[in-house]
Amino acid sequence: MALLELRHISKTFNHHRAVDDVSIDLEDGHILCLLGPSGCGKTTLLRIIAGLERSDEGTVYFDGHDMAAVEPHRRNFSMMFQEFALFPHMDVVGNITFGLKMQKQPRKEILQRSKEMLALVGLDGYGTRNVSELSGGERQRVALARSLATHPRLVLLDEPLGSLDRALRERLLLDLRNILKTLGVTAIFVTHDQTEAYAIGDIIAVMNRGKIEQIDSPEKLYDRPANVRVARFLGFHNLVEGCTTAEGTIDTALGILPAGDHDFPQQTRVIVLIRPDGARVRDESGPAQPGEIVVSGTVKDCLFKGRNYHLELQIENGQALVFELSGESRPSPAGSSMELVLSKRACVIMPAE
Amino acid sequence: MDRVLDNNCPAVNRSTNRYRIGIAGVPLVFLAVFYFYPLIKIFTLSFMPEGVPELGELKKLISTSFYIRTLWFTTWQAALSTILTLIVALPGAYIFARYRFTGKNLLQSFTAIPFVLPSVVVAAAFHALLGPNGIVNSWLMDSFDLTVPPIRLNHTIWFILMAHVFYNYTVIIRIVGGAWARLQPSLSEAARMLGASSWKTFREITFPLLFPSICAASLLVFIFCFSSFGVILILGGPRYATIEVEIYRQAVHIFNLPMAAALSLVQICFTFVFMWVYTWLQRRTTFTLYPESRKVTQRKPSTRKDRIIVGTNIIAMAVLLGSPLAALVAQSVSTKQGFSLVYYRALFENPEQSIFYIPPVEAIAYSIGFALTALVLSLIIGLCAATFLAQNKSRAASLLDPLFMLPLATSAVTLGFGYIIALDKPPLNLRTSIMLVPLAHTLVAYPFVVRSVLPALRSIPANLRESAAMLGASSVQTWMHVVMPIVRRSVIVGAVFAFTISIGEFGATVFVARPQTPTMPLAIYRFLGQPGALNYGQAMAMSTVLMLATALGFLLLERIRSGQEGEF
Repeated sequence: MALLELRHISKTFNHHRAVDDVSIDLEDGHILCLLGPSGCGKTTLLRIIAGLERSDEGTVYFDGHDMAAVEPHRRNFSMMFQEFALFPHMDVVGNITFGLKMQKQPRKEILQRSKEMLALVGLDGYGTRNVSELSGGERQRVALARSLATHPRLVLLDEPLGSLDRALRERLLLDLRNILKTLGVTAIFVTHDQTEAYAIGDIIAVMNRGKIEQIDSPEKLYDRPANVRVARFLGFHNLVEGCTTAEGTIDTALGILPAGDHDFPQQTRVIVLIRPDGARVRDESGPAQPGEIVVSGTVKDCLFKGRNYHLELQIENGQALVFELSGESRPSPAGSSMELVLSKRACVIMPAE
Repeated sequence: MDRVLDNNCPAVNRSTNRYRIGIAGVPLVFLAVFYFYPLIKIFTLSFMPEGVPELGELKKLISTSFYIRTLWFTTWQAALSTILTLIVALPGAYIFARYRFTGKNLLQSFTAIPFVLPSVVVAAAFHALLGPNGIVNSWLMDSFDLTVPPIRLNHTIWFILMAHVFYNYTVIIRIVGGAWARLQPSLSEAARMLGASSWKTFREITFPLLFPSICAASLLVFIFCFSSFGVILILGGPRYATIEVEIYRQAVHIFNLPMAAALSLVQICFTFVFMWVYTWLQRRTTFTLYPESRKVTQRKPSTRKDRIIVGTNIIAMAVLLGSPLAALVAQSVSTKQGFSLVYYRALFENPEQSIFYIPPVEAIAYSIGFALTALVLSLIIGLCAATFLAQNKSRAASLLDPLFMLPLATSAVTLGFGYIIALDKPPLNLRTSIMLVPLAHTLVAYPFVVRSVLPALRSIPANLRESAAMLGASSVQTWMHVVMPIVRRSVIVGAVFAFTISIGEFGATVFVARPQTPTMPLAIYRFLGQPGALNYGQAMAMSTVLMLATALGFLLLERIRSGQEGEF
């Protein structure tokens, strides 16, 4: 049985369905990422799990128990807020030990634990600092230490890197990941940034308009986005319309594509996602060999970016596809026609919208 | 070569310096003559009543129990008023801080109206509601056939306390509610997630974070109640006297000027200490809160509990703040025969037995005339002071800023008393001058002009003036075409402030106004002190006029000010 089970959770704000029939299972020791654009309901879902918000429908089970009647402070979950919500009238230690004091732990243990936590987040010697004197990164660490100090059964992180600048984010992301993995905590991490989600999550749930679009491991999510919305959100824009044929192939503007494994019936409209990194320049000339997927078009733009080329290819129907070609290949100049060979992995078939 | 490159060209420096000193000179001379000179007179009168040092009156003040009792009463009624105001207003502050509902802005403006009303009008309004001839008593007597009014609050401490709560409700709402709105809800949510119950969260997080602003607001309410004059004089009757009321009695009724001076001295010391503590507290308040926690997070009352909390508070506000004002209007148009405008008409007449030498309507004319004069004077002095403070970041400016604010920290009664003892003989004999009243009002009002204009002036970046100068504008042209258009709104705010303060001023006016040139608050005070339905009705009618004028001025302020940050 999963540690956390969400069953048909729904929540409506002012006639707007913020969370719409969400069901998720989370195993003990796993980290779940809720990934989605801002306003998709991921924070609301997190707050429902925390008990800070009441769902209109559905149940949150934790360790087999229905949590509806359990007040947030009795759940022994912890939450890290987007702007950290550090208590401005307490110093660093005061913040970190707040939860322990609420649990009425003995003084000695509180002292011991606060030292451990400071060491864990790399803030030794910062204990008596006023939180208003800390930098953004230091605040983030204090907030993390505070939310881990009480040995929470579930850690909820609401965009914990969202208010930091890019460079700091990338550095702290690794630290955060290491700390969470070292402690082996069960956690839910809310973010709108797919790199963060790939780096932290054991499983990722993509949310859109209150619904879960897909739940998968990071690798599977990247390899096989379940639908167009997920694909778009993950940054894939080469989406070509097509139709399944009687032979099991797919008829598209690119030509007939081998279908791979799919279970769409004949004559169904589908969308084919062409991965930008799954193509190479076709050196051979002449017609395509059987099994070879050839894309031909006019080069609209070609940018050399060091490790690779960023190539925009306009295909027959006018649609422009984007490819990342290896830096060693020799693409044709803009304006000329060109042929690319796609690997089988490069094509993902998904239902039409 | 070096001399040419030197930026600090001495000639330029000298002329700007002279200009700056000139700008500061106007308010400084005004303060010296109309503030410090009367104050020094009070000092000399209390230490040297006959021109030689003698501490008899001060000693008497300390040794007689009557005056100790006065001081004690002043303190405890102020403390009790403060506590009651806190209890009544904190729930209101909470709903304004945390909820969003229709009509909220309107309601918030409405709650502030009592604070800007003249104290005489507040006293009249409570008379209209709960006084012996008040609306509640008349109704009870009519319904139950009673011969005496069943509610006897007149001349009791409860009447005073109620009026003080009514008056200061908005201070708590604005200061504490403002701090509460800036408090991120995530702070208490974080505490909840760390295992704190809702009560513990309030005790450990919300309350400590609000504490400085609760202190500041309470202290402000305490200061207002400590120097309360009109309310206590009218509602308290002869049994109750704060230091302010006692100064008035000693000076006007008993004519013991040295004693009045000694009491003024005590009052000055106390208010200065309180104001000093207040500014110190305020500086601390701004330090504690996060700079980035300005985001206002409010929600609609969605659950049943929310709706009950919000609804109860709104009803409580309407009853507490609305009923005295409604009663005032109702009493001004109701006679034994029913609805009538007879009291308003009577304002224009001057019957034989009138307590005035002139028709009451002339009091309205005098009030408006004085207020307009005070407005012009306040603008001149306030703009000079603000311009000087905004351009200068030197030590002189940081010393002069609180100096310019001193009149705010001095009670009006003390000022009025200082005027009658200082300005009635050479070198400055203004006793018969009609200017005495507007001068006193200017002193009370110009700090508000400074406080509303200064932030706007300071928000103008220096390079704006510099670029105007580089484009060939003289400093006067820069002022007219660059500075003035930017600060225009705040100047209007300051002007309306000055006008409303002047038109309702009572404490100083009661000393300095000549009997032939009474103002509206004085007229109301005299009407209320006389027996008879006609006098009572006229007091109600004139109070209503004054209330409407002040409320309109204030609502105009709120409109202009909306969207821009002002200092309280």
